[in-house]
Amino acid sequence: MTQADPVTIWTIIIGLAIGSYALRFVFIGLVGDRPMPPWLLRHLRYTAVAILPALIAPLVVWPSATEGQPDLPRMSAAAVALVVGVISKNVLAAIFSGAATLYGLLYLLS
Amino acid sequence: MASATSKSYFWKGFRDGTPFIFIAVPFGLLFGVFATEAGLTLVQTMAFTSTVFAGAAQFAALQLLQDNTPTAIIIISALAVNLRMAMYSASLTPYLGAAPMWQRAFAAYLTVDQSYACSIVRFEKEPDLSVPQRMAYFVGSVTPITPLWIFATYLGAVLGAQIPESWALDFALPITFLAMIGPMMRTFAHVVAALVAIAVSLLTVVIPFNLGLLIAGCAGMIAGAQAELILERRRMQR
Repeated sequence: MTQADPVTIWTIIIGLAIGSYALRFVFIGLVGDRPMPPWLLRHLRYTAVAILPALIAPLVVWPSATEGQPDLPRMSAAAVALVVGVISKNVLAAIFSGAATLYGLLYLLS
Repeated sequence: MASATSKSYFWKGFRDGTPFIFIAVPFGLLFGVFATEAGLTLVQTMAFTSTVFAGAAQFAALQLLQDNTPTAIIIISALAVNLRMAMYSASLTPYLGAAPMWQRAFAAYLTVDQSYACSIVRFEKEPDLSVPQRMAYFVGSVTPITPLWIFATYLGAVLGAQIPESWALDFALPITFLAMIGPMMRTFAHVVAALVAIAVSLLTVVIPFNLGLLIAGCAGMIAGAQAELILERRRMQR
């Protein structure tokens, strides 16, 4: 793993700190009591649910630890974590079952 | 006696927010561990967790940092994860928009998934609350979480330095994210948004600087919004 230099890390921290605060402040602080256009709210509703899967999908299909080779324990762990999360709606249950699958299969297949 | 009733609403919020400790503490620990693994110093980790104060965006930034993504793309992508905070802010505005500016500025910092989820339910259930009562409830709901989140990150960062490489932590982050996505699938439109985003992210993986992530994110957002519109129209026709 390459180490990022301090300037990069601090740029990211400060950029995100200011940006996140601005996102939280924009409506409650600046808009006040005025109504917002429905099309904007409709798109905002789906940002997290779009960007998070897009971030992970390539990591699941081509994991960095196996140099991009598709890997059975990692794919299975991903599937278990997702399915348990969808069914149970419980984030921690999904994490633990995904981790158990990963370590179980890594152990069995080694 | 406005202050006395506000006080009781602070404690109501505090009680409703307390169960979220069981989410905030493990996530804080994980973030501390991952940040240390990614090469952040203790000071950087603590500055990150206390100023940005948004788990999913922090995890996203760490993952991209490890993939050698350009700084601007890291910031834009992590902020995209946080766009839902703007939605929370928008949705709370009709209830808290009349509070004094300093209180709103403070409330903006405390706008997270948990405080929003608690407050919007309470505000809709009790529409007659005064603005100070609402503000007290909102601040109360996040009070049990904030100090523990920061402390858990510290613990994770200190302990994380001692975790051996053989623990396959490379994949703990994807699992954490996948686990967060499951409960987000509340409607069919959410599922459509996620599936379109996944498909586009896999197709655009060859595009440099991780720009595919932003393209996939936008495609997913538009797909979700359109799916919602189509479903609504169908419901109207029936």
